[in-house]
Amino acid sequence: MPQNPTEDRSVWLVIGVMAALALLFVPFSQIVLGVNYDYTVRTVALGGALLGVVSGVLGCFAVLRRQSLLGDALSHAALPGVAIAFLVAGRELGVLLIGAGVASWVGVQFIQAITRTTRLKQDAAMGITLTTWFALGIALLAYIQASGNASQAGLNTFIFGQAAAIVESDVIMIAVVGAVVFITLGLLWKEFKLITFDPEFAGANGFHITVLQTLLLTLIVIAIVLGLQLAGVILMVGMLIAPGIAARQWTHRLGQMVLLSAVFGAFAGGVGAIISAVDTDVPTGPTIIVVAFSVVVISLGFAPGRGLLWTLLRARQDRRRFAAQNVLRDIYLYNLSHDDPDIVVPQQFLVDLRGSIVRTGLTALEHNGAVVRVNGGWRLTGAGLQAAEADAHNQQLWDLYRVYGDELKLPLVAEDRQKDIRALLPEHAIERLEDLREGAA
Amino acid sequence: MNDHQMHERIPALEIDDLTVAYNSKPAIWDVDLTVPEGVLMAIVGPNGAGKSTLIKAALNLIPRSAGTARFYGKPYAQARQLVGYVPQRGSVDWDFPTSVIDVVTMGLYGRLGWLKRPGRRERELALHALDQVGMADFAGRQISQLSGGQQQRTFLARALVQDASIYFMDEPFAAVDAVTERAIVAILRTLRERDKTVIVVHHDLQTVGDYFDWVTLLNVEVVASGPVKQVFTADNLRRTYGGRVSFLGESGAHAAVATGD
Repeated sequence: MPQNPTEDRSVWLVIGVMAALALLFVPFSQIVLGVNYDYTVRTVALGGALLGVVSGVLGCFAVLRRQSLLGDALSHAALPGVAIAFLVAGRELGVLLIGAGVASWVGVQFIQAITRTTRLKQDAAMGITLTTWFALGIALLAYIQASGNASQAGLNTFIFGQAAAIVESDVIMIAVVGAVVFITLGLLWKEFKLITFDPEFAGANGFHITVLQTLLLTLIVIAIVLGLQLAGVILMVGMLIAPGIAARQWTHRLGQMVLLSAVFGAFAGGVGAIISAVDTDVPTGPTIIVVAFSVVVISLGFAPGRGLLWTLLRARQDRRRFAAQNVLRDIYLYNLSHDDPDIVVPQQFLVDLRGSIVRTGLTALEHNGAVVRVNGGWRLTGAGLQAAEADAHNQQLWDLYRVYGDELKLPLVAEDRQKDIRALLPEHAIERLEDLREGAA
Repeated sequence: MNDHQMHERIPALEIDDLTVAYNSKPAIWDVDLTVPEGVLMAIVGPNGAGKSTLIKAALNLIPRSAGTARFYGKPYAQARQLVGYVPQRGSVDWDFPTSVIDVVTMGLYGRLGWLKRPGRRERELALHALDQVGMADFAGRQISQLSGGQQQRTFLARALVQDASIYFMDEPFAAVDAVTERAIVAILRTLRERDKTVIVVHHDLQTVGDYFDWVTLLNVEVVASGPVKQVFTADNLRRTYGGRVSFLGESGAHAAVATGD
């Protein structure tokens, strides 16, 4: 299938650019930021990058399912889990994360139960659950601190994240859990794609959508919990969704979007973690988010096709094209009504007719050589006259096609008057229309 | 096909006592419906009459308060391979990053089963279905670039590729261009020739007589159901729509226009 080769190239190009940026960042960070790539920093960078990959990949699904805010609720909801796990089992990282995961998961079930059983919409349900869970978490942390338990130091890092907290065993855990997540995703790729695009159709086809949706959500919870230490409960959602949002801009294929999101996530996670490792006072979560956000800004602004820049350029081009077509038509009709193809049309007449957009149209027409300026007015050139006649002819054929197409049993095509009808209909159909046109004239 | 033959065969769809309620207000109430094999049936009725609800409840997509639906004599769980579904095109996000052929291939996911990936065979089936709806040239197109009518035909192709025996289509003619409308009508006729059963939620009373041979008039309850010639009468339309219908034809003619929308 001829997919879109330019788009494929642009995805690989972006990946290449990100790799180059990452390579450039290393000497930059050494010289300017004075980062010493010792064992600790390497561990932190690797952990950040791996987390970025896991959360970037799963974040794509959160973004596409329009559950970005659910991600936010999920990560905030993890905090009381951390505190309760600490109170019950002490400062054991695995236990704290399991507590976080359970609290988060219960939170999302609570949100869905509210949405299902009450008249509240999901946004209100999320808002109320997120704040309540988070408040509970803060209150419990305050209680733990007040109790003067010596081992409580560092629990606060769960709020904003702290790169220094990442040690080798964490990196291994992230890698292992990440691998399990990817294998699950790979095996259920088509199912996840289908429930994300069209859950109703998936249900009608016998897929267990509740099971699949819960599984996908659980994977997202796992990604969030893994990232809590690094990014913190408040900003984890940014690490989850920013890479996906940026990646969506560069491609129209889910597989490529996920791949690109992983690359963006790795970049943001790695670079953010390294920058924050310069000084323990720099919280990691915000640093990662700032890096990820700059990737988002560049993607929203400049990605070919979807970027803001291209949208604006396209709009400007359209404005010019339509203005030129309309002004050409005005001049042509003026000529016809005066029965003189060489007549000079006063510019003021055109402006009175259509407003200031006329200047845009005239500039474009002059550039194309369709009109020439003759002291205060405009005259059609030979090419301009030809273009105007061709356009008028085309519009007449479209008019006739709309009225008589069915009667003459002409093939049915979608009406698009910007296109040449002769390119869309077979020759015999055009002949019939031309006959009608001559008959009318 | 005459009436005698129809009654001897197992009906394509048999709905019994089906009720769906939202907040104790019934959306459809005590619906009994029997649809013989090989008919093109329109479900018509005013806005809020429960047309889409009826289809979704039959396909287990929304919870029922009561009732059963059987497809060729089997409950839905055992008849999934027999059923094709075309949801309203507004039900999905068309900015999803995927291509037309990919969406059509989704129609084969259910048959592929867990863990298996679509391959060359699935791709050919999908291309064939796209060709049938006049969209062969659009196979590689991104779905975000489709017009409304092209979206509808993509959904139709996705259902065709399922090669079901009974199709449910939710408002396929809603807000589509003339090219799409004609393509859908052609597909409906092809399906009937192949003895498929098609059930279409429809809103244009004027075309019921042209496009369909069977009709169900629904307004929460079933007002009437049967061959268009017998059932699609001025009297039944009034009993369905109330006074909001003005009749164009002579008494009992098929042509009528709902003026209330």
